[in-house]
Amino acid sequence: MNKFFERRYVVTGIFIAIILALLGRLYYIQIVDDKYEIYANSNVRRTTILYPARGPILDRNGKILVQNEPIYDVTVNPKEVKPFDTMLFCKMIGIDKEGFDKRFTKAKKQSPNTASVFEKQLSVQLYASLQEKLFEFPGFAIVPRTIRTYPDSVAAQFLGFIGEVTDRDIKRSNGYYRLGDYIGVTGVEKAYENVLRGQRGVQVQMVDSHGVPKGSFANGALDTVPRSGERLTSSLDVDLQRLGEKLMQNKLGSIVAIEPSSGEILCYVSSPTYDPNLMVGRQRGNNLAKMYNNPYKPFFIRPIQAQYPPGSSFKPLSALIALQEGIINPSETFYCTGNYRAGNRIVHCNHGEAHGTVNMARAVAESCNGYFSMVFQRIVDRYGVKNTEANFTAWRNNVMKFGLGARLDLDMPAESRGNVPTPLHYDNVYHKGGWRSSTIVPLAIGQGELLATPLQMANLECTIANRGFYYKPHLIKAIGTKNVIKKEYVEKNYVGIDSGYFEPVINGMQAVVENGTARRSKIPDIIMCGKTGTAQNPHGEDNSVFVAFAPRDNPKIAIAVVVENSGEGAHWAAPIASFIVEKYLKGKISPRESGITVDYYANANRLPDLSLYAQDLQKERRRDSIRAAKVDSIKKFKADSIKKFKADSIKKERRESAYSNKPANWIKSLTGGRARS
Amino acid sequence: MSTQQRSFFFNVDWLTVFLYLVLCTIGWFNIHAAVFDVNHPSIVDASTNYGKQFIFICVSVVIGIVILLLESRFIAALAPAFYVVIVLLLILVLVIGRNVGGNQAWINMGGGFRLQPSEFAKFATCLLLARYLSGTNIRVTEPKSFLTAAVIIGFPMLLIMLQPDTGSTLVFCSLIFVLYREGLSPYFLVIAGLFITLFVTSLLYNPLYIILILAVITAFIIFLFKRNRQLIKTVIIGLAISIAFIFSVKFIYTHVLKKHQTERINILLGITTDLKGKGYNVNQSKIAIGSGKMWGKGYLHGTQTQYSFVPEQSTDFIFCTVGEEWGFAGSLTVISLFMFLILRVILIAERQRSPFTRIYGYGVASVLFFHVVINIGMTIGVVPVIGIPLPFISYGGSSLLSFTMLLFTLIKLDSNRKSNV
Repeated sequence: MNKFFERRYVVTGIFIAIILALLGRLYYIQIVDDKYEIYANSNVRRTTILYPARGPILDRNGKILVQNEPIYDVTVNPKEVKPFDTMLFCKMIGIDKEGFDKRFTKAKKQSPNTASVFEKQLSVQLYASLQEKLFEFPGFAIVPRTIRTYPDSVAAQFLGFIGEVTDRDIKRSNGYYRLGDYIGVTGVEKAYENVLRGQRGVQVQMVDSHGVPKGSFANGALDTVPRSGERLTSSLDVDLQRLGEKLMQNKLGSIVAIEPSSGEILCYVSSPTYDPNLMVGRQRGNNLAKMYNNPYKPFFIRPIQAQYPPGSSFKPLSALIALQEGIINPSETFYCTGNYRAGNRIVHCNHGEAHGTVNMARAVAESCNGYFSMVFQRIVDRYGVKNTEANFTAWRNNVMKFGLGARLDLDMPAESRGNVPTPLHYDNVYHKGGWRSSTIVPLAIGQGELLATPLQMANLECTIANRGFYYKPHLIKAIGTKNVIKKEYVEKNYVGIDSGYFEPVINGMQAVVENGTARRSKIPDIIMCGKTGTAQNPHGEDNSVFVAFAPRDNPKIAIAVVVENSGEGAHWAAPIASFIVEKYLKGKISPRESGITVDYYANANRLPDLSLYAQDLQKERRRDSIRAAKVDSIKKFKADSIKKFKADSIKKERRESAYSNKPANWIKSLTGGRARS
Repeated sequence: MSTQQRSFFFNVDWLTVFLYLVLCTIGWFNIHAAVFDVNHPSIVDASTNYGKQFIFICVSVVIGIVILLLESRFIAALAPAFYVVIVLLLILVLVIGRNVGGNQAWINMGGGFRLQPSEFAKFATCLLLARYLSGTNIRVTEPKSFLTAAVIIGFPMLLIMLQPDTGSTLVFCSLIFVLYREGLSPYFLVIAGLFITLFVTSLLYNPLYIILILAVITAFIIFLFKRNRQLIKTVIIGLAISIAFIFSVKFIYTHVLKKHQTERINILLGITTDLKGKGYNVNQSKIAIGSGKMWGKGYLHGTQTQYSFVPEQSTDFIFCTVGEEWGFAGSLTVISLFMFLILRVILIAERQRSPFTRIYGYGVASVLFFHVVINIGMTIGVVPVIGIPLPFISYGGSSLLSFTMLLFTLIKLDSNRKSNV
């Protein structure tokens, strides 16, 4: 005891106070403040997304159209690398020393302690040889991945391709996709993205301060297993598709073939096409750029995006509506003078040639413009000229029931509507009440403002083949291993024409092939009913169109073929269609009476001259802008006449050059022959 | 002999021994968790640091028993000699010492063990200080005695500062509590507190505002105690010294302190943030402790601990393991144990008839207190990072041994409290 005895309390007090302050601070950061727990979790948790295999796509017979092929990425963990034979390693994966150093430095920079990709996408062969020697290269590892491959290299526009997601995709998916994910960009890959992509899994691992994995977080309570994407069975027939693409090579156009009894699309050709394998792998970027710059637009999905005036192939539809409406009797005759007068407009019948007396079947078979103009005028004028608009609207509604002028809701993105003009359109062009049946009479023969996609044309044939209904055309027949079929694809869509009215029209269509415009394309032992068409094309020579179904009874296939810039339907579209039909029905192509062969068509080049084609497109663009600026009609007339003059001269040139190149004799008989269909 | 023996063991303060053993065991288990090696999971595997710590504990306990068996008289008598030996070792370490982490603080002993003389310097200084101050006619209040005491404390400080080991140097400052208890003017404590406050605030805020505030306070005091001239004089001198100090802070900061020290202070005060670099350690340490919540993540289940996010976790940052794996419950337990130990040491000191033991006891309490507060404080980011260990818990033979000697010498002295030394 001394006189400073009481100071023990001061010292003790200071000690206790400071220790209590320390405890208070500990209480705050351990109990009150939750942020450290979150930081600790984000320190150790590493969430890895496990990507499921994308679903494969089969053709209707189970042949593989798209599958996932294993490829191999070489990864390196710089920390684990020990001295090794660099030269041998470089040789094995096909790079030089410089490339090695560059890659290694990059990997080291990215993460010195964990594995990062060293070289991407080694082939199976390289992988096999490297795998054996891998133990000599410590720190290097091989990680398997998958890419899409297309064993047959067909149906590119149907299959589409996948690509990395864009910011917009990420936004639209509400954050489902992350940067670097792949998503279907076009075609079936896009349309069935949700089915094909499968379900992602998640693996939550714990990592140490160097990023080295140390096992699963919370014993895997947060982990989920990835589920592979569903298998899709396409309606396409890969053999038919291959034949179609072969026939259409070096041509612009498309083939759509549908099974009428189901709406399943058998053949879906868009030409020019490309090898879908170009859309994967290391050269993808370059290939994409090349495609985009191709003036023939291989990414333009012609079966559903190109819109053509159906031309004469529209005539059977005109006939059917007239029959259903009771406007005309199949046996009623019409005398064709070669020039049909509608108001102050004259509709020529193919170079002014007279068909003489025709009934409905003959009118279809010989494609008499006069007959159908007459029928059309009768429909539109049936309740008097004053009711033109109402009558026309009724006709238009009937046409649209066949699936024209609106999307058919094909299970593919980016389908066009086609066009069936509205009364409003004519009110705008003329003025209200300023148009008559005679004004719009080109519609009767599939011209005028009428536009249809090849898909719509083929669907029209399905309807005729089924005598009055169609199934929604579709490209995916069944989803998953359970072969789920969408309900909408088994519902019949009636078009409002009694089945009895079809026979006279079909008679006429049979005659087209038997002894009409398409007789060169007759298939031995098969009754095909078809209709040729020649559709005006602003870019040059007319488009060659042919629509058909076969056989006549219990039809198995309906088809629409368009070959751009190739003139009459009988010359190009009809033979091509006949080969497809025969191949599908018989499995082979037999020699034809007319002597036409697949090889001839496959080898023919009908691509328009590039410079003229490009010039034409440019001109059209300019014209559009002029139109938009509403310049007066004189200028428009001038532009039109210049264009027409040019188009005519191009046409002439093309025809001359085309025919002079053709060795086959039969073609002369065709060109010299009867009529434009 | 036998009765003497019994009374001796009867007089040993077993509560302190018990607290010591509990803390050592806690330390051992937490080192096991902090540097756990899957290939050597056994806690007694001598190839690991936790196995080594077990050996250190055993050796320390043996040394503790040896100390208890010594004659008390020797302890006070040998104090100057021991002090001289340590000072020589501190000089020796500057010559032949091994440089680890920028500090030339270790003498290689062979066999993988290293001696850190600065750890033992605290013990020697406490002994000599106690010996000197317990002398007759020695009063701290007298300048001569005070200066001698200051030299006893300051000399090893100087040598350690040359290593340079700031942490161990600052530990000696805690002995101001000993001097205070023995009669040093309380102004020293007030001035020390004032200087620390001024140092921190003048780094954080504009010095002009601080001077303004001080001036206002001074004016207020003068107004209140108009009559007390002595006080007014003192306050005005205090103000002048404070202002001088504030202006010198900038100079001290840029010229006296080393770069890594200013960086640590900057991070502590939030002047700079550098979570990936200089501030990484403290940030990860706070995350470890903060994520422990109430009951902790469980033994060997701390993610920060097991996945080595906190550097130096078995030594200076061992408290992270306690905080993370045992939660606030664990923190509270360990701090309470320390508080009981320190209070017990003060109680022991106060119950002595011998001034030597009392003064020595206060030295022990002050050193323990300083180590505990600074070490835990730096792991939760309330004091700057100065590398000093947590007594009995941090990994390290020298540290454990020196604290054992420090504590057991007191227990020994205490066991003889009834007889005169």
